[in-house]
Amino acid sequence: MALLEINGLSKDFGGLRAINGLDIHVDEGEIVSVIGPNGAGKTTFFNLITGMETPDEGNILFGDLNVVGLRPNQILQLGMARTFQNVRLFPAMTVLENVMVGQHCRTRAGVLGAIFKTPGQRAEEAIIEEKAKEVLSFFGTRLAGYRHDQLSMMLSYANRRRLEIARAMATEPRLLLLDEPTAGMNPRETVELTELIGQLRSERGFTIILIEHDMQVVRNVSDRVVVLDHGVKLVEGSYDHVSTDEKVIEAYLGRPAEREG
Amino acid sequence: MTHATTVTAGPAGGPTRRVSRITPVSVFLWGLRIAIVAVILYGSFLSISSGRLTASQWRDLLVFGISTGSVYSLIALGYTMVYGVLRFINFAHGEVFMVGAMVAFYVANGLATTSLWVGSPVVSLLIVLISAMVASTSVAVIVERVAYRPLRGAPRLIPLITSIGASFTLQYLVRGLVGPSTKAFPRMEPLRGTFDIFGLVILRSQVVVIVAALAMMGGLYLFVERTRTGKSMRAVSEDPETAALMGIDVNGTIVRVFAVGGAMAGVAGALWGLVFPSLNFFSGFLPGIKAFTSAVLGGIGNIVGAMLGGVSLGVFESVGPSLVLAGYEIPAFSQLKDVVAYAALVMVLIFRPTGILGERLAQERG
Amino acid sequence: MAQVEVPPAVVEVELRPAPPVDMRRALRLGFSGGAAMVLVAATGIVATFQERMVIDPILPLGLMFLYIVALAFGWMAGQPPQTLEGFAPARVSGRNYGAGTLAGGLAGLCIGVLVILMSVFDLRGVFVELSPALQSILTFDLAVPVAVVVIAAISAVAGALGAGIHALPTRTKKTLLPALTWVVIFSLMTDLFGQLFTGLSLDWLTTRLYPRRGGPLTITGAVIVFVVFLALHWYLSGRDTSMRQQVSAMPRRRRLGVRTAATGALLIVLYFVPQVMGPFVSQILVTAGIFLLMALGLNIVVGYAGLLDLGYVAFFAVGAYTAAIFTSPQSPAFTPQLALIAALPFVVLAAAIAGIMVATPVIRMRGDYLAIVTLGFGEIARILLNSEWLSPYFGGAQGITNIPDLQLGPFHFNTPQDYFYPIFLFVIVAAYITLALQNSRWGRAWMAMREDESVAEAMGVNIVTAKLSAFVVGAILASFGGSLYGAQIGSVFPHSFDIVVSITILVIIIVGGMGSVPGVALGAVVLIVLPNLLREFSEYQFLFYGVLLIAMMLKRPEGFIPSKRRAQELHQEEVAQDAWLEIYGEKGATGEPIPEGKT
Repeated sequence: MALLEINGLSKDFGGLRAINGLDIHVDEGEIVSVIGPNGAGKTTFFNLITGMETPDEGNILFGDLNVVGLRPNQILQLGMARTFQNVRLFPAMTVLENVMVGQHCRTRAGVLGAIFKTPGQRAEEAIIEEKAKEVLSFFGTRLAGYRHDQLSMMLSYANRRRLEIARAMATEPRLLLLDEPTAGMNPRETVELTELIGQLRSERGFTIILIEHDMQVVRNVSDRVVVLDHGVKLVEGSYDHVSTDEKVIEAYLGRPAEREG
Repeated sequence: MTHATTVTAGPAGGPTRRVSRITPVSVFLWGLRIAIVAVILYGSFLSISSGRLTASQWRDLLVFGISTGSVYSLIALGYTMVYGVLRFINFAHGEVFMVGAMVAFYVANGLATTSLWVGSPVVSLLIVLISAMVASTSVAVIVERVAYRPLRGAPRLIPLITSIGASFTLQYLVRGLVGPSTKAFPRMEPLRGTFDIFGLVILRSQVVVIVAALAMMGGLYLFVERTRTGKSMRAVSEDPETAALMGIDVNGTIVRVFAVGGAMAGVAGALWGLVFPSLNFFSGFLPGIKAFTSAVLGGIGNIVGAMLGGVSLGVFESVGPSLVLAGYEIPAFSQLKDVVAYAALVMVLIFRPTGILGERLAQERG
Repeated sequence: MAQVEVPPAVVEVELRPAPPVDMRRALRLGFSGGAAMVLVAATGIVATFQERMVIDPILPLGLMFLYIVALAFGWMAGQPPQTLEGFAPARVSGRNYGAGTLAGGLAGLCIGVLVILMSVFDLRGVFVELSPALQSILTFDLAVPVAVVVIAAISAVAGALGAGIHALPTRTKKTLLPALTWVVIFSLMTDLFGQLFTGLSLDWLTTRLYPRRGGPLTITGAVIVFVVFLALHWYLSGRDTSMRQQVSAMPRRRRLGVRTAATGALLIVLYFVPQVMGPFVSQILVTAGIFLLMALGLNIVVGYAGLLDLGYVAFFAVGAYTAAIFTSPQSPAFTPQLALIAALPFVVLAAAIAGIMVATPVIRMRGDYLAIVTLGFGEIARILLNSEWLSPYFGGAQGITNIPDLQLGPFHFNTPQDYFYPIFLFVIVAAYITLALQNSRWGRAWMAMREDESVAEAMGVNIVTAKLSAFVVGAILASFGGSLYGAQIGSVFPHSFDIVVSITILVIIIVGGMGSVPGVALGAVVLIVLPNLLREFSEYQFLFYGVLLIAMMLKRPEGFIPSKRRAQELHQEEVAQDAWLEIYGEKGATGEPIPEGKT
């Protein structure tokens, strides 16, 4: 059964049709990569399915529910979490706090509980902290120990990307959306993250949709690849199938010039 | 934007489901809209039918509203241009206006004893106007240089707070320099009395204000639409990064925006003396807020909008209490004149933040 | 944090010479400084402050203030340029002094010009403070040409001194400057210290320092203060780590012990303050306490949730008027005449409703619009409370009087000294609430919303609830302040609920440090206690606020005592740390594994 099913999705921005009649499905447990040249509408696609933008037309079915029109925090509660193309952490909060925010939707303590330090609230806080540390430990020593109390703005670029993934993981999602997770990383870091993405599925059971530009990553990690261009799905299939498809090559590189004569 | 849905299962692959827009917040806001319109209409009905004011009295209120509104429009231009370019509310702009008014007062005072005042009122008025413009422009540019430019990239709340600081600093500097007493503008003999225009009798001073304001706004409009500097301003307003890539001196353009806004505020300051005879160091606060309201009312970033918004607000404020509040037999309703302005501000920002003519703003980055 | 040893593999790099001090900048600073000095003189600051002696009989405050401006600009002009990557660090040379002297001298010449102008024209028609008295002060009663030279010379020297500060070794700076500041503090706060010493039965100290009753510091007194604090700061600066760091480094239990002991000591001191300090100072502290209470409330709205509420005074008014209506026999419409304690639940309810009413329309508004709308609400509230229309309920411009004093069982509070305690108690409660919320689910949600609203929403925070709850909590705290204010003063008038109050509270939290309780407390001290203690300053109080706000935003937007998170300093770049880890693996340079919690 498809975890995520999208039918006829369309979105206009002013005069520009950013997404045009998109049909995509993602099955439980899959890792799907979405690729395409710049401006193809990939991030807009993420914005639409997470509720940060509203589509003009189309259905977005997550599990059995049509989530069009829900607020992003409601969609998150249903189990869809994302990272951002230009890393958007909470800069003045510590590493641990950033991840603990992810647990907000899974907990209930209110202002009064915090003021009167009820046993329920204290227990919940302990659980939140536990879970946050557990999620951070997924990244080994990179975000461990003394790092927990560092402000997230002080982290190195690669660590910030990892932290963003950790924050998304802490929301206990079923579906994880990663927007260019390896952008700006050096080859060693990229390899490490590629393995990590695989582990996200194998160890943690997340279904993953990935927007990527780095074809090595796409090849190594995806079950299936979807190619977008100008808001439309060009091709989908395995990496090998897609990478040799003429339309895809044309989208990225352009049509070869007509020969003279 | 305030929409949500009650979650129900939709059929897989079914037709598009319409988004339900009913939430407690939206219900509250709609209720508020209806209540406000009802209150206004009913109050107006009561006032007019009770015949408290004659037609010519209503006309007087209207003209007064147009003339104060013209002054607000001039000040609003500064707010709207700066917001359009930098996306920030220049709290200190009201004080830029006040400085212009102060300078206008002192120059007028000085001239009033000379023969120029009586002999050539037009020349005198021009001298006052130009002095006020120079003063306001200088203050605007200095504040930009000292307090705002270093904070160009900062998160938005910081320059806002700085501008509050600049506003206070200017107010109390002026208070220290010229004292807390209220100044009274000298009378200009040729401006006493009325003009007879198409059978309507209007105070001369009000006519001068309206004409002068229209002239300045017309000039500004031409400046922005036709000249190169104006074009740079519009470009920077739309997209500063691309403008810079096209070779426009963004920093210089921003300074010019402040300068032009300041000049307009200076004219407003000079004209203030013709509408309201008294002035003190705190006189910039209320007009500043009202001018900002006007700018938002017309559509922030939009120059024609600022003009429209200013006049509209002036009229609302002048006619409103007598029209709406008097109908409900509210005692001393003229005390509540400022409430009309504040209420207009609040309502515009809640119900139609893009204003009447729509916003024209620099794009958000990222 | 421990110093990192640079691994021997690093190559020695040729450093380029540092850029020289920019003389043209010194010139510009000279003119700006001159403008500042002229403004200081022309707004009457010099004349007003001249009455007060800093050190009797030689150093009057007015002129000192004037020439400190020159010193400040000299300091700016003489500042060594920032050390850039690949350049040698700049050293202070004669050129720095030259720049300082230039800036100072030029500034002094501007005053000279003013003096010349004043001698030729009578400018009092426009600038009311340019009186002969001022002229006399500025020129030291010398002939104008001589005076101009003298003024320029003094300013030049002040500028040079300012530049010279850069040449001082750090430890000297940390000793000398605070000691001088203490001298100034002691000289300005004669009433405060006089009262303090008398209250502590240390009269001999009072007579030694301030021989004339209520008079200024004498030379002997100044010397004593200077030496004492010189020694104190010398000791403090000699230690390797600051107290804050030392405490943080302690193991958890000991740290908790130190904190509790310190807080306990502070509480004990504060308990005795009203008795020792007398009614005048107690009243000031009471006012400061009320402002502090409200600042803690606004701290949650602005500091945690990032909602710039410029109409916060409205909640203060709601609290004050609700308390007045429910307790006073003079309340126009409705006189239940409850005790203040019994009225408090209604106050809280009214505040909560007000908070919801203000918050609901502004939920989807962007930050700057939210600021203006809340400003509008605050002003509407004031005008309505003042209006004749609503005076049957609120008393109009006459307000509501005869609010009875606070009574808690056998305790009957009526003097400022009495009120100090309940207000202080409420401040403690507010501080506790602030801290409790900081490390809680909603505290984090608010901060996330402040940092990036759309991302916070995408991470599960319900923005509507978050904003509503922030406003309500802030409103309730402000309303406590309002009700205590009403009870203490005995009446409420609409003109006390001016926008200036909202701005003052905002300045308190910004200057002190948003989000940090000690910071906000410091802010309240600086902004309420100081101006009220120094009567000459109270006329220029708001000018001071405005300049302070601009200066803080430009230089130190996180405030004087930023919250711990903002105070975190890194001695090394994070990237270098990663690289270091890579070279040496998970064991440090010494081959030992890195223990938890240490660098």
